[in-house]
Amino acid sequence: MRVRARFTKQGKVRFTSHRDVARLWERALRKASVPVAYTAGFSPRPRLHFGLALSTGHESLAEYLDIDLDGERLDGPVDLEKLAVQLSNALPEGILVTVAAEADRSADSLQQAVTSCTWSIVVGGATRAALARRIEQVLDTPSLPVTRERKGRQVSDDLRPHLISLQLTHAEHDTCVLEAELGTQPRSVRPTELVAALSPEWTELRVCRLQQWISHDGDRHEPLVPWRTEPSWAPTEVRAP
Amino acid sequence: MTSIWPLLEPLLTRVEKPARYIGCEDGAQQPLHAPAKVSWLLVYPDTYEIGLPNQGLQILYEILNEREDAVAERSYAPWSDLEALLRQHRLPLFSVDGHRPAGDFDLLAFNLSAELTYTNLLNCVDLAGVPVRSEDRRPEHPLVIAGGHCTYNPEPLGDYVDAVVLGDGEEVVGAITEVVAEWKASGRTEGSRQQVLRELSKVPGVYVPAMYEVTYDGPKLVSIAPRYPDVPAQVEKRTIADLAAWPYPKNQLVPLTEVVHDRLNVEVFRGCTRGCRFCQAGMITRPVRERPAQQVRTMVAEGLRRTGYDEVALTSLSTADFSGIESVVGGIIDDPVNCGQVSVSLPSLRVDAFTVGVAAQLQKARRTGLTFAPEAGTWRMRQVINKLIREEDLYEAVDAAYGQGWRRMKLYFLTGLPTETDEDTMGILELVRNCVQIGQRHTRAASVTASVGGFVPKPFTPFQWFGQNTVAELSRKLSLLREAARRERGVQLKWHDPRATLVEGLLSRGDRRVGRVIERVWRQGGTFQEWSEHFRLERWNEAMAAEGLSMDWYVHRHRTEDEALPWDHLSAGLHKDFLWQDWRDALDEVGLPDCRWTPCYDCGACTGYGIEHRVASAVPPAGGSQGTGQDLRSEGDVLVRFLGRRSLGAAAT
Repeated sequence: MRVRARFTKQGKVRFTSHRDVARLWERALRKASVPVAYTAGFSPRPRLHFGLALSTGHESLAEYLDIDLDGERLDGPVDLEKLAVQLSNALPEGILVTVAAEADRSADSLQQAVTSCTWSIVVGGATRAALARRIEQVLDTPSLPVTRERKGRQVSDDLRPHLISLQLTHAEHDTCVLEAELGTQPRSVRPTELVAALSPEWTELRVCRLQQWISHDGDRHEPLVPWRTEPSWAPTEVRAP
Repeated sequence: MTSIWPLLEPLLTRVEKPARYIGCEDGAQQPLHAPAKVSWLLVYPDTYEIGLPNQGLQILYEILNEREDAVAERSYAPWSDLEALLRQHRLPLFSVDGHRPAGDFDLLAFNLSAELTYTNLLNCVDLAGVPVRSEDRRPEHPLVIAGGHCTYNPEPLGDYVDAVVLGDGEEVVGAITEVVAEWKASGRTEGSRQQVLRELSKVPGVYVPAMYEVTYDGPKLVSIAPRYPDVPAQVEKRTIADLAAWPYPKNQLVPLTEVVHDRLNVEVFRGCTRGCRFCQAGMITRPVRERPAQQVRTMVAEGLRRTGYDEVALTSLSTADFSGIESVVGGIIDDPVNCGQVSVSLPSLRVDAFTVGVAAQLQKARRTGLTFAPEAGTWRMRQVINKLIREEDLYEAVDAAYGQGWRRMKLYFLTGLPTETDEDTMGILELVRNCVQIGQRHTRAASVTASVGGFVPKPFTPFQWFGQNTVAELSRKLSLLREAARRERGVQLKWHDPRATLVEGLLSRGDRRVGRVIERVWRQGGTFQEWSEHFRLERWNEAMAAEGLSMDWYVHRHRTEDEALPWDHLSAGLHKDFLWQDWRDALDEVGLPDCRWTPCYDCGACTGYGIEHRVASAVPPAGGSQGTGQDLRSEGDVLVRFLGRRSLGAAAT
């Protein structure tokens, strides 16, 4: 049986890396005595399949993980609500399981299935007017070239085809908040790259992944929708350094 | 005392591994500070990854927070990227628990486990906003204290720390808390700092360097003597008699990010009486105090359940010597709760086939590397250092290991040992080569990694009088080995930088004058000296020259029997004449058996303090030579004489 879980990563724990989160999960599953399936071989590993990596320092309301359970060690049907609570208790503060559901083992992996993510980005160094102007300009232009480092070499890339939507959602004093939907195929465009492409003068102060999306034949849905109102993201509380 | 987190948070997006600074570990505490409580900041002066797992620090963290009159938080040396940002933004060193400024605590208590962290201690004190020299501190500044193995010669830091603790910290932190609580209650008025230090100097196990006058005659040290009649002439170490009374840590910290020794650690015994002459830990932590097997089982079961770790290390200086090791290990492996997924590691393995049998049993789940420490390449050399492993023991262990599926192993060696000849040095390679050949009978992929470290003579060991090998000599020996190893299939050689070994030697036996050298190196930016990318020998050489001190005199010179040593006024219980005799025995290539299972030879560690070995079994775990150099195969029956009343009586007289 495969269980898909959706979880948050907020607060201090956002400074842990993707690898750290993987280890946290392994320990949490053991603490909660979840009968996870293990790989065979000399060095057995728990069969966990993580979705798209989140940059260290970024927060998220929509992280995903697929967990394979060992059918032989399951006694009866799995109470998914109870499982979510147990796991949340076993995970550090800031990581909360917002929904868990049985998943199809034959379906595409999370990394293959997810096509885009919606991000909330707190931008520093920009005024509301400048940001609004730049957004309009970028949305009108057919290409948004960026250079990035890949395997130690500078490569150029066009961000525009991967920029699905971009808007200013909040502006107060010097704090401006953008919301952007960025494509993840064939590679994930990172919010940091977007901010750099908007202006080298501007910096991201805080970033939160709000949603991950699976788009297929004109239909767009999240891998899982939280059971209840999820924890909120309050970008306006962010202060400039 | 308020949190600096809001100011720190934006900086963390700009540093490497920011998870080092967030705390939030499972087991972390948010103690409630109050004016009546003494606040301790426990600082490990190296990176979070190295410092977090330190068991000593974790034990004191829990013990202090359990007290009504104390609170404790933790801090680690910030890496150079964050340090630069902290200085640029005028932010201080902080605790990772509450992100409180270090300078707001009553005590900055450092764990000193390695000499090369000394410059980091100065840096942390400075980052806390506290003057680095003890004499410049005022009543509003925290007391700067230290504990850990390096404090058996604290003299190089004598002008920089206010007090150090010798030996086990479990009990003495309570006594220190009480003295500091009175100081707090008195309002920490002008001049009171001297008074509290004077009071601390009377607490057994606490040494206050400023209360002692150091006299020199030219380069020679003459004496270190108390300035006042109520200050003890000799400071004795603290020893907890019964480990069972201290089942700590109860809530081992589980970090959110990867650290060294990232697993559950359960201490099965403290102290070691194998008597390896190069080993300071084995000399200063005597006698052997075992934790009852039942308590070990409970701590392991509860620890695994609470932490979610899938690996547990049974720690001690030689875990295969633990009474009932087989049943404890078997119990963990066979516990159905662990579902066969928990592996056990034994960090310090005795070299014999019995050990490999235990190791095979305990690594059913996941097989990690196997490490042995023969320490020297020839039997003659091993007699000198009293590491009485016969070649047969090692080869049987190796044969058993490869026979049971291991493909690689690691062997630890020292070079630069007393009386070492090139034949002894090359004996290392001979031994490694033979191990590879044995392995290749089992698997073509067999390989052995030999890790060779330069020997540093340590205080309170029989080798404390020995002149350390020079960098040139160590380098010559290492190149002999490297040259020869190049032609060997399956042999990998690793070595420590002899230049770092030199500085370790300076700090390990230096006197108070060496403090100014440490300060100069720190002022030149010489932090994180354990990290090769930060270590620069020139800084140390320049600082020595500037202070008019000779590396040769401090490091490479043989000491004489009548020479005053910088740690003569401190005591680990060991009689100096016992150590001297053991040094002469070493030069005569005479071994000394383990007194846990053989009669007492009165080193002083038990008799002096009226304590005894606490071991559950009258015979050592079976097999091999038990490091005695004799064949003990006959069912492992070794006669043991427990220390009787005689020794206690002797202590009382």
